Amino acid sequence: MTIGSIPLRFKVEIDPELCMLCGRCVENCSYGVYRMEGDKIRVNSRNCVACHRCTAFCPRDAISIYEKPTDYRSHPVWTREIREAVFNQAKTGKIILAGMGNVLPYPMIFDRLLLDACQVTNPSIDPLREPMELRTYIGKKPIALSLKEYPNGDADLLTKLSPNLQIETPIMIGHMSYGAISLPAQQALAKAVSRIGTFMGTGEGGLHESLYPYQKNIIVQVASGRFGVDINYLERGAAIEIKIGQGAKPGIGGHLPGEKVCADVSCTRMIPEGSDAISPAPHHDIYSIEDLKQLVRSLKEATEWKKPVFVKIAAVHNAAAIAAGIARSSADAVVIDGFRGGTGAAPVVFRDHVGIPIEAAVASVDAKLRQQGIRNEVSIIASGGIRQSADVAKVICLGADAVYIGTSALVAMGCRVCGTCNRGQCAWGIATQKPELTKRLDPETNAVQVENLIHGWTLELAELMGAAGINSIESLRGNRDRLRGYMLDEGLLNVLDVKTMGA
Amino acid sequence: MKVTTVTIDAKDLHYTPLNQRIRKAIAEGATKIVINNVLGQRFIGDGLRGDGVEITVNGVPGGDLAMFMSGPTIIVHGNADHAPGNTMDKGRVIIHGSAGDAVAHSMRGGCIYVRDNIGYRGGIHMKQYMEKRPIVVVGGSARAFLGEYMAGGLLIVLGLGGATPISEQGVGSGIHGGEIFVRGKVDDLCLGVGAKQMPVTDEQRAMIKPIIEDFAKCYGIDPAPLIASEFTRIAAASARPFASKYTWE
Repeated sequence: MTIGSIPLRFKVEIDPELCMLCGRCVENCSYGVYRMEGDKIRVNSRNCVACHRCTAFCPRDAISIYEKPTDYRSHPVWTREIREAVFNQAKTGKIILAGMGNVLPYPMIFDRLLLDACQVTNPSIDPLREPMELRTYIGKKPIALSLKEYPNGDADLLTKLSPNLQIETPIMIGHMSYGAISLPAQQALAKAVSRIGTFMGTGEGGLHESLYPYQKNIIVQVASGRFGVDINYLERGAAIEIKIGQGAKPGIGGHLPGEKVCADVSCTRMIPEGSDAISPAPHHDIYSIEDLKQLVRSLKEATEWKKPVFVKIAAVHNAAAIAAGIARSSADAVVIDGFRGGTGAAPVVFRDHVGIPIEAAVASVDAKLRQQGIRNEVSIIASGGIRQSADVAKVICLGADAVYIGTSALVAMGCRVCGTCNRGQCAWGIATQKPELTKRLDPETNAVQVENLIHGWTLELAELMGAAGINSIESLRGNRDRLRGYMLDEGLLNVLDVKTMGA
Repeated sequence: MKVTTVTIDAKDLHYTPLNQRIRKAIAEGATKIVINNVLGQRFIGDGLRGDGVEITVNGVPGGDLAMFMSGPTIIVHGNADHAPGNTMDKGRVIIHGSAGDAVAHSMRGGCIYVRDNIGYRGGIHMKQYMEKRPIVVVGGSARAFLGEYMAGGLLIVLGLGGATPISEQGVGSGIHGGEIFVRGKVDDLCLGVGAKQMPVTDEQRAMIKPIIEDFAKCYGIDPAPLIASEFTRIAAASARPFASKYTWE
């Protein structure tokens, strides 16, 4: 007896009273849900992924999509997802892959942290009339300055400063490769960051020549597959990031299937069209923390010590000790990617079960670096699950210098977090390389949306800081006094170094 | 073409000032650079450009020789440490001695000749694209995991001087492009997952002939017996070694 088909995930209904048979749903759906038959639109709900492309373009709001229209017998242990995974593996005997980030309902630490505000004893600041300093510098800071002073009051700086990135708001866009996302999507992000005065990452997909005009706002990535990496690429980047790991799949490599390696993707990755792009789990020239130092220094030496080098790791149990090693490797920043980070495709077992939340990882990394007196050696960039300006403020209070956003920037371009990135059929033209789909994005319009999002968050951040009587992001960084835990356990409060509410 | 030679004494010189002096010499038009007393300096020629420039290294360079290099030729009179030609793009590295682990790691183009032996993971994740096809020739033997994850390019191991070219396992684990030629026979037990051994065709033999001749010329060896030898070819059993591991949610 076969297992047969599993119950529908979504049910699509068209209200015949409202539908005017314009056919936009048929045109827009890239998953084959709709078809026109005579004077009727037929629906195949099984193909629906709830990406909402159809509802967004239906002029009459005639389409309704319902999740899980068929109930299983409810069971607290044998959830629908667990049962469906068993069905899948019983049929295939394979590892299950999926797109987007962690879907398990772990408690959100961010939502159990509360920010502070001034009342009476110290005045809050109105960002409308007072300057608020949101500009941040990413990179090494000298532990002390050595000056040569002259009798007339002039002074020369004798300390040699390391290159830093100047960002106008502590919000950057993380690494999403060309291949994982489309070229118009990358172009939109590049336009947005260059206008705001912040940065975006290339991911491990090389740098397409249409992004060269924005290269001074682009961080180029060197990952274990070394795709698209040559000296020209390294020299174009404003900074270089070594990717060791990723929050969505710590400890494993990546694998771009050959069908996504189209002519243009093959050109930027520098591999033949249609061939698989396999990124091994480790860098095979880094088997130790000493080897990491060698890779950091090789990149600096290749670019004549003019560029900051970042090292990105997934937030894992001993992230703090690893970050302390990174801080001693000549790296200029450590990027910590939490277990809620998104991805184009990851094994579900890794996405949902490996790694730790960004809040705990950043707090412990910051604490460890301070204990060892090396916090100035690296900036901390937090990524993976930053959803809103409050998360930015909270993670900075926990010790981060800046954040990377990923999913939220894609949502600003239309992404509905349907989690079907792996299929390469993205109806929004974001996670696909099919020309008929990627042309749905307009880099200019989408750039404005991404810019609006970061601008809005930056305004909110300034308001939050002002309310707390803080006029510089420097004074917010690591300022755990302005956080309180809301029903967090004592162990976690200790890790975060945050007091409970009321204390 | 006018040849301008610059000699650099690397005794007690850190790699950064050493590389700065190499860059400066090239910028000033040097076409031959001789570096004496090299002792463990890493990153020599890192990210260096300069078509037609020849650099002679007298001594033992440290790791990551010619990393990201794009153009010059480096001739080493001595052994090299790990990963010479790491992510190299263009140019030549000719080593009169042996080299360490991860020779030609992720190499994209150009060629590396090693007169004697190489360590573990030689040619790991080499790749090719369009006219860029990296070539590595090893005169002696290679340790385990040769050509692991190989995605493109050409590896040749000759087993000169009676050495067994390959006697350890994991050759071509995860190989999905490129090819490995080994003089003589390779025990099937040495092959990694996804690698397949097959006889060499006449066309393939003709393809490697000029490469072996060039290698032999660099070291003053008679190429005739090498070319006349039997070779085996190791390549990918499938272009998609991992495709059958996964299913979608």
